[in-house]
Amino acid sequence: MVRPLDRKLLRDLVRMKGQAAAISVVIGLGVMMQVMMGGLVNTLDETRATYYDRYRLADVFAPVVRAPNHVLARIAEIPGVASVEARVTGSALVDLEEDALPVRARVVSIPDTGVPRLNDFYLVQGRVPSPGRGDEIMLLNGFAKARDLVPGDRVDATMNGSKRLFRVVGLVESPEFLYTTAPGELVPDDARFAVIWMRRAALSAAYDMNGAFNEALVGLSRGGSADGVKAALDRLLDAYGAAGAYGLDMQMSNRFVSEEIKGLRVTSAVVPPIFLAVAAFLLYIVISRMVQAEREQIGLLKAFGYSSMEVGLHYLKFVVLIAILGAFLGAVGGIAAGRATAVFYQSYFKFPFLVFQLDKSSFVIGFLVSILAASGGSLFVLRGVFGLTPAVAMRPPAPADYSGTGQMPGWARRWLDQPSRMVLRRILRHPGRMAGSVIGIGAGMALSVTTLMMMAGFERAVDLTFDEIDRSDMSLTFVTPLAPGAVHALARQPGVQHVEPVRVVPAILRNGLNSYNGAVDGRVEWPRLNRVIGAGVQPIAMRREGIVLAEPLARILEVKVGDSLTIEVREGRRPVLEIPVIRIARTLLGAPAFMEIEALNRALKEPGRVSGAYMSIDGNQRDRLISAIKSMPSVAGVAQKEDARRALVELMNTGPGATRYIMTAVAAIIVFGIVYNAARIAMAERMRELASLRVMGFTRDEAGFVLLGELAIVTLAAIPFGLVWGYYMTFAMVAGFSTDIYQIPVVFSPQACGVAIIAVVVAALVSGWLVKRDMDRLDLVAALQTRE
Amino acid sequence: MDQKDKPITAFSVRGLTKTYGEGAAAVHALRGVDLDLPKGEFVVLLGPSGSGKSTLLNILGGLDRATSGTVRFEGQDLTKMSEAELTLYRRDHIGFVFQSYNLMPSLTALENVELVTEIADDPLDPAEALALVGLKERVQHFPAQLSGGEQQRVAIARAVAKRPTVLFCDEPTGALDSTTGRAVLQVLKDVNETLGATVLIVTHAAATAQMADRVLHFADGAIREEIVNATKLTPAEIEW
Repeated sequence: MVRPLDRKLLRDLVRMKGQAAAISVVIGLGVMMQVMMGGLVNTLDETRATYYDRYRLADVFAPVVRAPNHVLARIAEIPGVASVEARVTGSALVDLEEDALPVRARVVSIPDTGVPRLNDFYLVQGRVPSPGRGDEIMLLNGFAKARDLVPGDRVDATMNGSKRLFRVVGLVESPEFLYTTAPGELVPDDARFAVIWMRRAALSAAYDMNGAFNEALVGLSRGGSADGVKAALDRLLDAYGAAGAYGLDMQMSNRFVSEEIKGLRVTSAVVPPIFLAVAAFLLYIVISRMVQAEREQIGLLKAFGYSSMEVGLHYLKFVVLIAILGAFLGAVGGIAAGRATAVFYQSYFKFPFLVFQLDKSSFVIGFLVSILAASGGSLFVLRGVFGLTPAVAMRPPAPADYSGTGQMPGWARRWLDQPSRMVLRRILRHPGRMAGSVIGIGAGMALSVTTLMMMAGFERAVDLTFDEIDRSDMSLTFVTPLAPGAVHALARQPGVQHVEPVRVVPAILRNGLNSYNGAVDGRVEWPRLNRVIGAGVQPIAMRREGIVLAEPLARILEVKVGDSLTIEVREGRRPVLEIPVIRIARTLLGAPAFMEIEALNRALKEPGRVSGAYMSIDGNQRDRLISAIKSMPSVAGVAQKEDARRALVELMNTGPGATRYIMTAVAAIIVFGIVYNAARIAMAERMRELASLRVMGFTRDEAGFVLLGELAIVTLAAIPFGLVWGYYMTFAMVAGFSTDIYQIPVVFSPQACGVAIIAVVVAALVSGWLVKRDMDRLDLVAALQTRE
Repeated sequence: MDQKDKPITAFSVRGLTKTYGEGAAAVHALRGVDLDLPKGEFVVLLGPSGSGKSTLLNILGGLDRATSGTVRFEGQDLTKMSEAELTLYRRDHIGFVFQSYNLMPSLTALENVELVTEIADDPLDPAEALALVGLKERVQHFPAQLSGGEQQRVAIARAVAKRPTVLFCDEPTGALDSTTGRAVLQVLKDVNETLGATVLIVTHAAATAQMADRVLHFADGAIREEIVNATKLTPAEIEW
């Protein structure tokens, strides 16, 4: 037997289905975002961990120049080491006929028989090269897809200076190469960097590594210390030209994946709470309005003998039911949306499988916040219910008292007509509610301002990097450091206008306990083609007596100008240098350290050596230049700046970049939700006033002013607030997104502000129009007869 | 207006019907009303609840539309007017007083009156209008600070401040006690006499009829009886 009150509850729900649905949807969206983002981040984390685990990705990587195979046994004895694999890797150039420019590649050995003990691969298509077949290779699937290569195709590759024809037999994915970047570059690009797998015997022959290896991979035992193992490896392998062992945390592909997931985590921490808070606020105002409208029924129920508690519980149930319904819909939607986005990210990250992992806490938070928001509104319900005596409740309410807040200074009386005074006094009478609306709209707007400013920041980063910092057209690296004559030889090539030598050496930079496994970039005194810039955009000169650090590097190492830095060079005679920091440079990609090229060479006792060069060229002679460079065996790789720029823009616009557009849409929905709800409620509350105005002979537009004027003021007040909030929130978001791989500048973008303002104004206009349309249809007689 | 002796017709209603809903569920609120209301009279429309008297008032006041028939006001047919024309008609000629006073809670008594005088062509001075209803001392009070009778008097002041041709009152004393009710009726009488406005009061309080020039008895959507009072009582004399 359903109790009559519960039956009323159900009928009320059906009667108010529109409004109930609207509130449920707002709550649902908040919960959905929470569940979706939480689930997505967890799924990606879990999938990555499982992928690494299943394909035995190494924990520590130790590159060396050349170490004999028997050293491997000694590595296995290091405490904390669970498994060891030795392999041969090398750089190569892949020559695809379609493209004039050769593509840089990394060649990786697989054991002559069986599968690798560490860093296994996932065969997508084809087969593994047959043992003993030196001409068979497997390619990284992403590169093959980008270049339309399939098993059976033949490619030319130059390894260690000699060019050979290879046959592609398989395409693979590897947890080691989720993102691929050419050495020294920071922008991942599937099309411009290849990974080649081949049998170790053939690769050893090509790189003179018979009986030796040049990279040791180490898997840690449970509880094994990565730092301890790295230190032991560095000591053990020092004699064999160790470049410095590094952990998974510094492995390039893993760092990119980590940064992406970290960015998602920042987004998931910022966006859903704002949404839920807005939902809570909407629920609160809608419910407090409902009690007002139902006061007559409340009085009636009490007159029948229901206790305040019973009546209060009745309304509490109503509200909590809506909240739970919304939260439930949101949870279901969140799971579905989380799966859909996870599938999208699966292909983005090239995971061969997905491990769905829901974030249980996001459900708890979602339900809890929804119900708390509903209960907050119900406190109002209870207060209203307990405060009403049946007799009072069944009389029309006394007019709202404006005597306290309605006083106006003389100037206001002179300047404002009566409708304007009505608008103003209402705002003054409900400052809390108005402030809530302003904060809510401001929050939505701040979200879109932040999003748009971050996009502007990305664009600024691209422009700064490729217009202000890198002004070259092409860069090139040599197989081994060359004598200065190489620069002159380059300058004589067709179309070359200017050549700027560089000397890059791998190095470990240390300051006390802080260290960074990076490189020192030797530059000419006044670099012109690839500049080093300061906090403004002014160029910084290289000086012999010190080192210039990129800002993120200085932050990691906790050094400032004047401090001394220990630099362990991992090349040549491997000197250890003590050098003062003389400047902090602004960079947006990577965390480099710069020295004057000759000072660096002197420290290495290799005067005049260059490892690469930046060039400006005559675009008309590009093809001739490329074919000339292709015939130079000393060149390990060539990169065109425009390719890198395109890849970076693409990286920012696809995948996680797309979530920024979603966030803008979400912001618009929030603004629309608040403005529309505020307008609807204002209209419901003032139906009688509006009808009275119309009866007195006010036109529709004149009466509309009284309603919409309030909305306009709230919206206009929210705009500057949203702009300022958004600007400061950008700093927080940017700090969350910036890493030592890339930094996003905070750009105050008038354009972003303009777009956000337009979005808010359009949302307000549309809401206003919708409400005005209903108002114009108002049945004057009915409106005057309804008892408030 | 020099035709003082000949009563000029304010409204001329012919064959007026109003039906809500359709088919079997149709409610016939007005079933063919014919009526001529002279200008400047004090008219009381009596009838039980649901007899259609408020519907008639709403149609005459331009708040509702007839299903069929004509309503002529100073020669113009209200049933042919557009929404905008009806708005202008209300603005220029009509004052309304309702049982629930419908004041703007956010405006003071004076401002509530000014709300109307701002958009009227030749209005009374708002303070004067409030003086007319005996509220000279309470002009700066907000509705919440006024009693029910005072609020109704503000509503009347607001309705008459535009110097309306016709003042429609729907149960103006319905929510008031007898003393306050009499005072309100006195104000309406004064307005009728000093401003020359036609006053049409809809009520089911039969006693009110004793002060009218003309009494219309309404039942089942039509006028059943029309009485012209030879002698009228003052509001003070009415048995409540």
